[in-house]
Amino acid sequence: MGVLDVEGVFLTKNGVPILNGLSLEVWEGHVHAVVGPNGAGKSTAASVIMGLAGYRDFEGDVLLGGESIKDLSVTERGRRGLTLAWQEPARFEGLSVSDFIGATLDAENREVIRESLDMVGLEPDDYIDRAVDKSLSGGERKRIELASILAMNPRVVVMDEPDSGIDVAALEHIFDNLDTLKERNTTVLLITHSPTVLRRAEHAFLMCCGRVVDKGSVDRIAPYFEQQCIPCDHKNRPEKDAAGT
Amino acid sequence: MPDLIEQLYASIGQNPHEIRDDESIARIEVHKNEVLGVHLVPGLEVDAEETEDGLDAAITVTRGTRIEKPVQVCFGMMPERGLQKIVLDIRIEDEASAAIIAHCTFPFAREITHTMDAEIRVGHGAEYAYFERHVHGPEGGVRIVPKTRVTVEQGGRFSTEFELIKGRVGTIDLELEATCKAHSVMDVKARIGGAGDDRINLNEIGRLIGEGARGALTSHIAVRDAARAEVLNTLTASAPFARGHVDCKEIVQDQAVAKAVPVVEVNHPKAHVTHEAAIGSVDTKQLETLMSRGLDEDAAAALIIQGMLS
Ligand SMILES: Nc1ncnc2c1ncn2[C@@H]1O[C@H](COP(=O)(O)OP(=O)(O)OP(=O)(O)O)[C@@H](O)[C@H]1O
Ligand SMILES: [Mg+2]
Repeated sequence: MGVLDVEGVFLTKNGVPILNGLSLEVWEGHVHAVVGPNGAGKSTAASVIMGLAGYRDFEGDVLLGGESIKDLSVTERGRRGLTLAWQEPARFEGLSVSDFIGATLDAENREVIRESLDMVGLEPDDYIDRAVDKSLSGGERKRIELASILAMNPRVVVMDEPDSGIDVAALEHIFDNLDTLKERNTTVLLITHSPTVLRRAEHAFLMCCGRVVDKGSVDRIAPYFEQQCIPCDHKNRPEKDAAGT
Repeated sequence: MPDLIEQLYASIGQNPHEIRDDESIARIEVHKNEVLGVHLVPGLEVDAEETEDGLDAAITVTRGTRIEKPVQVCFGMMPERGLQKIVLDIRIEDEASAAIIAHCTFPFAREITHTMDAEIRVGHGAEYAYFERHVHGPEGGVRIVPKTRVTVEQGGRFSTEFELIKGRVGTIDLELEATCKAHSVMDVKARIGGAGDDRINLNEIGRLIGEGARGALTSHIAVRDAARAEVLNTLTASAPFARGHVDCKEIVQDQAVAKAVPVVEVNHPKAHVTHEAAIGSVDTKQLETLMSRGLDEDAAAALIIQGMLS
C-alpha cells in the first residue's frame, strides 16, 4: 500500500470515457512520474486525486495513507497534506504574492514566504508585493505556485507539468526543489511528457487512454517512452488497436 | 484637540497627531456642518461656508503650484441620524498638481444621508488625484449620494478612486460625468463591497472629446447576502486617437444580484474603446487552488474578494 493510491478509477465526461480503470500506487517519500502523450488523462487523474469540482463522480477509489478520501472536500484533502500544483495555475486579481503564498501560514511563520520565493529562484524583494495576476509571466506564475507549495510543506504533492513554460535556468531551480521535497520526505507525483523531467523521478507510470499501461523504474520506462510513445501515432485513440502500448 | 476630531480620526483608524502635527500636510476636518479644523499650505485656497446641513466649499490650487503631500480631508458624522450635504467646487489651475485623500466616516450610522456635489476642473497640464475612502458602521443605515462633474483640460490628468469596503454600504447612488479634452487622461475607479440589503448603483459617464484623450472606467464590486449592485458605465470617444477602456468585475455570492451595463460608443474612425465585464460567483479554479492549500471555502472566497477589491 502506498501513501497515495488510485484504485481502478473509471471516469467519463460528457459520455466520453477519460479514465479507464486507472490505478496508481505512490510510495511515501519517493518521486514518481506519470508520463503519457497529450490527452492520456494525466491532468484528469490529478483532478480526481485532488477532488476538484467535476471530477468527484467516478467509479473506483482514491486513498491517502490507506484511507479513502473520495468523499472529502478539497480543503479537507489539503489539510491532510495532499495538494496540487496546476498545469496552468489560476491568476488572482489584486491578491499579493505574500498573501497567496502565506494563505495558510501563521503570523509567526511569515519568513517562510521569502524563503520559498528564494527557493524557486525569485528575488523576494522584487516579487513579494506583486499581484498573482496576469502581469506575471507564465513561468513566474508557475514558480510562485511551487513556492506556495513549498511554504505549505505538504505530505504529498501532485505536480502537473512543472516544466511547462519554464526556461532552462529556472528548470534547475525546480529540480533543486524536487531534491528539497525529497529531503523533507514529501512524496511527489510528477505529471509530464518531458523526458528530462521524467529522468528526475525514481518510478514511473506510463499512461495511455486513461489507464496505466506499464510501470516500473524510470530507467526502464524512460527509454520505452522516448522510443515507443513519443513517435507513436496511436495518440490515445482506443479504436486503433491498443495492443502495442 | 477637540474630542470630535479625536473621534473622527479614531473611526478611520488614524492617529490624528501624524497628520495634525505635520505643518507640511494640508487638511480639512468637517463634522456634520461644522469645520473643526483647516490647515492650508501655500498655493492651496479654501473658501468654506457652513450651511444648515453641511458645507459649501471652494478649493483652489493656484496656477503652477505643486502640492507635495496629499491634502487630508475628513467628512464625518458621529451621531446615528442626520443629513450632511457637501458642495465642492474644486479648481486645479493650469500646470498645478495636487492629491486629496478624503475619508468619509459614519461609524454609528442608522439613518444618515450624505450627499456630495462636486464640480471639478483640472486645468491645462494640471494633475489631480482624488481618493475617497468610506468607513461605515455595521448597520447599513447610510445613504450616500455623490455626484461629480469633471472637466479635464488639454494635457490634464485626473484620477479618482472610490473605496467602500469597511462596514456596510447601505445605499449608494454614485454619479460621475467626466469630459476629457485633447491629450488628457482620466482614470475612474470604484471598489465596493456590499452585504445585507445594501444597494449599489453606479452611473459613470466618460467623454473623450479631445484628440489623444485617454480614459478608463473601472468598477470592482462584490455583493453577498441580499445585496444588489447595478453598474452603468458609458464611455464615448469622439476624437482621433482617443482611447478608452471600461472594466467591470462583480463577484456575486448568496442571493445577491449584480448587473452591469457597459456602453461604449465610438464616433471617430481613429478612436478606440474596449470593454470587459465579468460577473459571476467566485472563480472555481481560484477557490480550489486556495482550498488545496488547506483554506476552507469561505476563507478562500474572502481572500479572493479582498484581492479583487484591493
Ligand atoms: N469535459 C470534457 N468532455 C470531453 N472530453 C474531455 C473533457 N475534459 C477532458 N476531456 C478529454 O479527456 C482527455 C484527457 O485530458 P487531460 O487533460 O487529462 O489530458 P493530459 O494527459 O493531461 O494531456 P496534456 O498532456 O495535453 O496535458 C483529453 O482527450 C480531453 O480532450
Ligand atoms: Mg495535462
